[in-house]
Amino acid sequence: MKNIGILALQGSVEEHRRMLEKLDCRITEVKKPADLAGIDGIILPGGESTTIGKLLNRCSLFAPLKEKIENGLPVWGTCAGMILLAKEIEDEQPHLAVMDIKVKRNAYGSQLDSFSTKEKICEISKQPIELVFIRAPYVSGISGAAKSLLTLNNHIVAVKEKNMLATSFHPELTDDLSIHRYFAEKMI
Amino acid sequence: MSNQYELNKNLAQMLKGGVIMDVVNAEQAVIAEEAGAVAVMALERVPSDIRKQGGVARMSDPKLIKEIKQSVSIPVMAKARIGHFVEAQVLEALEIDYIDESEVLTPADDMYHIDKFQFKIPFVCGARNLGEALRRIGEGASMIRTKGEAGTGNVVEAVRHMRTINRDIASLSALGKEELMTYTKEIGAPYDLVTYVWENKKLPVVNFAAGGIATPADAALMMQLGSEGVFVGSGIFKSSDPKKRAKAIVQATTYYNDPKVIAEVSEDLDDAMYSLDINDIDENSLFAKRGW
Repeated sequence: MKNIGILALQGSVEEHRRMLEKLDCRITEVKKPADLAGIDGIILPGGESTTIGKLLNRCSLFAPLKEKIENGLPVWGTCAGMILLAKEIEDEQPHLAVMDIKVKRNAYGSQLDSFSTKEKICEISKQPIELVFIRAPYVSGISGAAKSLLTLNNHIVAVKEKNMLATSFHPELTDDLSIHRYFAEKMI
Repeated sequence: MSNQYELNKNLAQMLKGGVIMDVVNAEQAVIAEEAGAVAVMALERVPSDIRKQGGVARMSDPKLIKEIKQSVSIPVMAKARIGHFVEAQVLEALEIDYIDESEVLTPADDMYHIDKFQFKIPFVCGARNLGEALRRIGEGASMIRTKGEAGTGNVVEAVRHMRTINRDIASLSALGKEELMTYTKEIGAPYDLVTYVWENKKLPVVNFAAGGIATPADAALMMQLGSEGVFVGSGIFKSSDPKKRAKAIVQATTYYNDPKVIAEVSEDLDDAMYSLDINDIDENSLFAKRGW
């Protein structure tokens, strides 16, 4: 059985857990460096990227997590998680800086500009998937091996690069398991 | 339910496990963000000053809210008086992220809360028990917090309200389906929401703790009691070392079930805010009694 970690410092941890439970995975909440041992992949959930970024540093998870990802640990970041992975953040210092993408935080505006829509992501599913954007970021530039999986109104909102997947939206807030299944079965 | 209401509940989900801090100016907002707050609550006076100075407490100056909004990248919340739907309209026009229809401000309507479904912007409201929580959700609140007793630095009321909500949910869950309408009548809450809680054994929205949290251990206590995050009002900027205390409360909220971490961050924090015994407060001065 695959053991999937969820970075559990803040944010939509329970929501991701609920999805993974349906896929029959073992789940490990990652709060300390020791929790990284034995996981086959990790999800960086939605939440506040500034909060999670600061806690990563304070609890000494930053360096070991970055190293694991650079050595090939499959990782998927949703919303705040995407921001944590990016090598560049507009007007801000990056966090883990492992993925060849540049992101813009709160790119759509305040909560009044949050929205949801349905789109097909060919790489992942034949059916349209519900996409929920909450004060979401988007990708404003990609380089290297990073490959766009979905563009919405001229902005990239889903990217893959080797062992790394990042989405601006929150599949964990829907009942659609496609992306969780893709991550757990195709990437791990 | 409208799509916007779902999105508003979703934003509250993204705040889970985090600390929302009261701030009265941009400088404090930056300190809060730096400490790791998931959101800031912009207001003119923190609850302990409102309690001391008395008078009518209202929505903050829009200029102040704008300055705070410009100074941070995390969500900004602000308070409107209970029932004051025009203050809420103003806050919505300012495009902040969340409105707290709050008993800490002087109520503007002694009969009715705001009809929150008339707004696109999300609302958080205080509650002391399940009936009150479900009435607010029935009016359109997309997040709930305990009322506690704001501005006291005394966590006892927040504990009482969290325990009451938990106990109410547990006793509702044990009922037979045929008992639900009578229970609905007893607690004065909408039937569909009572049914939801009966089926799911939890509120349909995120529930935070608020009102009296002053130390890292207070925050962790509320989390262990089942709270999904905490609001800290006067507790940070009325203490002697706000930066250090803010950081410590953020860490204690994440590591709420790890006493070693709580011990470590609680060390050498200097004085907590000036605090009050609830019994020493005149009955009519209790904020939690405002609203129904």
